[in-house]
Amino acid sequence: MSEPQRNGTEHLGKPARAFLQVEGLKKAFPAAGGKADTVIFDDVNFEIDRGEFVCIIGHSGCGKTTILNVLAGLEHATSGHAFIDGRSIEGPSLDRGVVFQSHALMPWMSVRGNIGFAVRSRYPEWSRAQVDVHVQRFIDMVHLSGSESKKPAQLSCGMKQRVGIARAFSIQPKMLLLDEPFGALDALTRGSIQDELVGIVRETRQTVFMITHDVDEAILLADRIFLMSNGPGAVIAEIIENPLPRTRTRATLHRESAYYAIRNHLIDFLVNRSSGYAARAQAGKWTPLTVRPGDTPTTL
Amino acid sequence: MVAGFALAALVAIPLGFVIGMSRVLYAALDPFIQVLKPISPLAWMPLALFTLKDSSISAIFVIFVCSIWPMLINTAFGVASVRREWLDVSRTLEVGALRKAFLVILPAAAPTIMTGMRISIGIAWLVIVAAEMLVGGTGIGYFVWNEWNNLSITNILTAILLIGLVGMLLDLGFARLQRLVTYRD
Repeated sequence: MSEPQRNGTEHLGKPARAFLQVEGLKKAFPAAGGKADTVIFDDVNFEIDRGEFVCIIGHSGCGKTTILNVLAGLEHATSGHAFIDGRSIEGPSLDRGVVFQSHALMPWMSVRGNIGFAVRSRYPEWSRAQVDVHVQRFIDMVHLSGSESKKPAQLSCGMKQRVGIARAFSIQPKMLLLDEPFGALDALTRGSIQDELVGIVRETRQTVFMITHDVDEAILLADRIFLMSNGPGAVIAEIIENPLPRTRTRATLHRESAYYAIRNHLIDFLVNRSSGYAARAQAGKWTPLTVRPGDTPTTL
Repeated sequence: MVAGFALAALVAIPLGFVIGMSRVLYAALDPFIQVLKPISPLAWMPLALFTLKDSSISAIFVIFVCSIWPMLINTAFGVASVRREWLDVSRTLEVGALRKAFLVILPAAAPTIMTGMRISIGIAWLVIVAAEMLVGGTGIGYFVWNEWNNLSITNILTAILLIGLVGMLLDLGFARLQRLVTYRD
């Protein structure tokens, strides 16, 4: 053992794999009557680094939720692979916390019960006291102290979604998957939960993959924004790198100089450019464009 | 009656659970359930007396047969219609089969299961009176028939009222149980 320990990836002589790696993901549904299968999306490739916050935007039906479900292990792709931390995703796992669009809390359990259920699943060997302390920490984190013994039916939509977020964080997953978590919330509630999420994610350095329909939400939260073209035959058309400083907040977001450049770019994509990728993608292997609005003048 | 009902619950709820979880089993057993369900419980009586050769055990069997179906069908339906999102949550949390059954599916299906039990107890009470008339020897049904032979209309009326009151109390009891397990969504 005289030789100094070398980094494993260096040793193999090839570049380190990204934390999350998605290769050639495709989802198709068989069509009736011998017609060609309906391809929802095809040849989806991307990587996410540890600690990165990625938002994915696209119109309904482009398969965002399917991609998220494949990453969660709840659904199988027709072809292609996803690897997390070098291991192939074969099914659901406690490695990945999921926040569902419809909060998906168990209505017969209290706030504490819902989070405790997750914590006990993650740490079955813990004593009751250990679980209680851990649960309380995450209830406090989403500012729900005082509502511990309430049932979901007694909570507002925003509070329910906070419980859902606390539940996903409480199992301390390697990666967090959020399926449009704020879609059903009013603008004011959404804003305050977004702020909380920013704070929590920055504190925990959590890796996040999130679906959203809200352009501002994506700019506020994401380090990179994936733009998906319209389905069927959807692809990740562009990858936007967010040039705004990570210290951005909702209150000051609109004063950042690059903010409007990104916003315009995203909206222009969604309104004008999101269709017509299917044919181009079919012609050959599709590589998404990486764009950094604000740095280079965009053609707007 | 209690024995027959308890036995039915012991068989119907676990079996309904399994049927509700598996679509194949549901499809396989459904025709049998549909044929057996409409048979009047009293039609089993002669067969029960013949095979079991004991009138009180036969009565238990008849109660068992009449109360099993609503519980079985409701349990299977309740278990089969547990929301997908709750199952998805348990899958992402890698919850074990037993924990999932007792902590997710059972509470989720409990209101439907309780409805089945409430229907069953109502039917069981109807049937027990008729069965006691047939079997004789004990019970309120036997009492009514005996008083008919004595031509004591007052006693018959009192017994009828009593039957109604007991039936109501049984239903109220199960309504309370049902309220205990019902959750607001």
